[in-house]
Amino acid sequence: MAIQQQHSDAHARWRPGRVINGSSATAALDERLAKGLGWFSIGLGLAEAVAPRGVARLAGLPGRRTLVRTYGVREIASGLGILSERRPVGWLWSRVAGDVLDLATLAAALTSPRSRRGRVLAATAAVAGVTALDVLCARRLGAQVEADGGQSDAVRARTSITIMRSPDDVYRFWRDFTNLARVMRHVESVHVHGERRSHWVARAAGGLRYEWDAELVEDRRGELITWRSLPGGDVETYGSVRFVPAPAGRGTEVHLDMEYRVTGAGLLGGAVARLLGGGASSLVAEDLRPLKQVLETGEIPTTDGSPSARLRDAARGGRP
Amino acid sequence: MKATCWFDTGDVRVEQVPDPAARNPRDAVIRVTSTAICGSDLHLYNGFVPTMQAGDILGHEFMGEIVEVGEAITNIRVGDRVVAAFPIACGGCFFCKRETYSLCENSNPNAWMAEKMWGHSPCGIFGYSHMLGGYAGGQAQYVRVPYADVGTLKVPEGLTDEQVLFLSDILPTGWMGAEQGNIQPGDVVAVWGCGPVGQFAIVSAYLLGAERVIAIDRFPSRLELARARAGADVINYEETDVHAALLEATGGRGPDVCIDAVGLEAHAPMAIHAYDRMKQAMMLESDRPFALRQAIMACRNGGTVSVAGVYGGLIDKFPMGAVVNKALTIRSGQTHVQRYWRMLLERIERREIDPTFIITHRLPLDEAPRAYEMFLRKEDDCEKVVLKP
Repeated sequence: MAIQQQHSDAHARWRPGRVINGSSATAALDERLAKGLGWFSIGLGLAEAVAPRGVARLAGLPGRRTLVRTYGVREIASGLGILSERRPVGWLWSRVAGDVLDLATLAAALTSPRSRRGRVLAATAAVAGVTALDVLCARRLGAQVEADGGQSDAVRARTSITIMRSPDDVYRFWRDFTNLARVMRHVESVHVHGERRSHWVARAAGGLRYEWDAELVEDRRGELITWRSLPGGDVETYGSVRFVPAPAGRGTEVHLDMEYRVTGAGLLGGAVARLLGGGASSLVAEDLRPLKQVLETGEIPTTDGSPSARLRDAARGGRP
Repeated sequence: MKATCWFDTGDVRVEQVPDPAARNPRDAVIRVTSTAICGSDLHLYNGFVPTMQAGDILGHEFMGEIVEVGEAITNIRVGDRVVAAFPIACGGCFFCKRETYSLCENSNPNAWMAEKMWGHSPCGIFGYSHMLGGYAGGQAQYVRVPYADVGTLKVPEGLTDEQVLFLSDILPTGWMGAEQGNIQPGDVVAVWGCGPVGQFAIVSAYLLGAERVIAIDRFPSRLELARARAGADVINYEETDVHAALLEATGGRGPDVCIDAVGLEAHAPMAIHAYDRMKQAMMLESDRPFALRQAIMACRNGGTVSVAGVYGGLIDKFPMGAVVNKALTIRSGQTHVQRYWRMLLERIERREIDPTFIITHRLPLDEAPRAYEMFLRKEDDCEKVVLKP
C-alpha cells in the first residue's frame, strides 16, 4: 500500500526533464582552443626568435634567418594578444593573416633553388593545418560575441549559492541593502533613500571607487529582487536575485544574475573589468560566500591577524 | 609565545611569534597543555601539501585550558579544560547539521583555493596549508579556535591529558575508518598501516564487532604494538606476500573490510615503489597509492574499502576495473571528529579504550624539530610524540 502511495505521489509529480542552459560547454571549449593557439603562438615565436637558423633549416628555408626571426616576433605578439582577452577574435584573425604570410613565403620558396623541397612541402602542410584551426576558432568565437550582442564593455556574472535559512530570512537580509555592504567585500557602502532608491559605493582593484544610484524594479517578498542603475553614475548595472526554496530542508538557493558596465570616468577600470570578464562570476561568488557565512554562523571566519613566524618582528610579550 | 613553524621541506623550527587573540564572537583562545605530531604532519614536513607558506604554525592535535572566549560563546568559559577538534566546523550549515563536520561549508576562508583543486572545499583545518584555511596550528603555547562552541569538548578532571588528547583527531579517525567499513558479525578486517590511526582502527574494528583484524606494516615495533596491545594478527609486508597471506587467512574470500590507514606516502617493497616514487618526483602523480591498490585487489567481492589515510591530489594506476567488477564500496573523508568524540570520551571513561598505548615519546615543545625527524625516520621505534609547550 505504502509503495503504491509513493508511486502515485511520484506519478503526480512527474514532468518531462528540462534542458539546463548554463554557460555553454562548447563556448568554453572554443575559449580553451583560443588559449591553446595563444600558447602555441608564443612557443613557436620563441623558437623562431631564439633559434631562427634551426627553424629555417627545419622548414627547408636555409639562409632566411632574419625573416624567420621577424616572423617570431609577430607570433609572440599574436600569442600575447590572444592570451590577454577572453574572446580574442581580432587577435585570432591576426594569426590567420600571419598564416597567410607564412604560406606565401613557403610558396615562394618552392620555386627557389636554395630551398629543400620536401621540407618546404611538410612545413606548408603543417601551417595549412594550423591555419584551418585559427580560422575555425576565430569564426566560432566571433559568432559567440555576436550572439551576446556584440563586443561590449558589459560584464555578466551569474552565480548561485545555497544557504541553510528560509527564503524569507535570506530575502529580508538582502532587502535591507545596507547589510550587503557589511558582507560583500567589493561593496563599500549602501545608503537607502526612500522605498525604491539606494546609493551604492563599490571598491575595485587598484583602489578605484565607483558610485551610482540604483532603483528597485521588482520586489517580491521571499522570492525576487530586481534592480537597475539610474543614469549619471560610474556604473550601469541591472540584475536580479532569486530566492528559491531548495529541496527537502536544504535551505534556500540564491541565484544572482547581473550585468554591469563601468562608464565615463571609470573607463580605465572598465577595461580592467572587461579583462577580468571571465572571472566576474567567481568574483561575485566570493561576495556571496560571506553572505552565507553570516546567515548560517553569525560571523565571517577570518585568519586576519593570525600569528606566524612571518610576523615575528611584531611579537609582543607572552601572556601572563 | 613559542610555536612550531614550517619553513620548507624538512625545515621545522620553534620560533617566537605573536600571541593569538579572539577575533570573532565565536572564537576562543586555548593555552595549550598537550599537543601531538600527526602522521599527516609528515606530509607537510615532506613537502607534499601545496599552499604552505614559510612561517606557518603547525599542529592540529591539541588540548588545553580556555583563556579567552568571544562574546557569543556560552557553552564554555575561561578556565575550562578542553580538547579541540582538528576540523573547524560552524555547526550551522547543511553538512554540520548532518554531523558531517569535516565538510563544513563556512569554515575555510580560502575555500576558492580548494575548489580549484577538488571542485568543492572541505572545512578549514588548523595548521594545514592555506588551501585549508591558513589557520595557525596548535603546536604552540596558545592557539585561537574559531567556532569554539562547536570545536571544543570539555573533559573531566579525572582523565589525564594523554587519555583524552587523541580525541582531537586520530582516535575518531581510526574509529571512522572502521565504522565506514560497516562491519558485520564474522567480518575479517584488514588494516594497512600500524601508525597511530591504524592502531585505533584495529581497536575500533573489534569494538564494532569484527571477528578478526589483520594488520599490515613493515616496522617490527609497530607490528608488535598492533599484535600485543590492539590484538591484531600481523603481516610484515617486507617478509610476506600480503595478497596471498590475506587470501590464505580468509579461506580465499579476501577481507570483508579493508582499511587504508597509510595515505599518500605509502611504501612498497618492490620495484613498484620506485615506479610510484619516480612518478611523484616527476609530478606525474602527486600521491603514491600503493596500499590503496593492494587493499582494492585483496578486498572480497562486494566488500568495503575504507580510506582513512590522507590523499591530496592525483594517483596513477587506480584499479577501477576491480572496483566495478568486484562491486566494491569505497568510503572516505576527513574525520567528522565532533560526531564521534562524546561517544569515544565515554568509552575512555568506561576504560573500553586506553588511547595512551600508542605514545612512545614525550618531549618539550622546544624539541619539536628533533621529534619530526625522529617520527619521520621511525627512530627509537617512534610511534607517537606528545609535545608539552
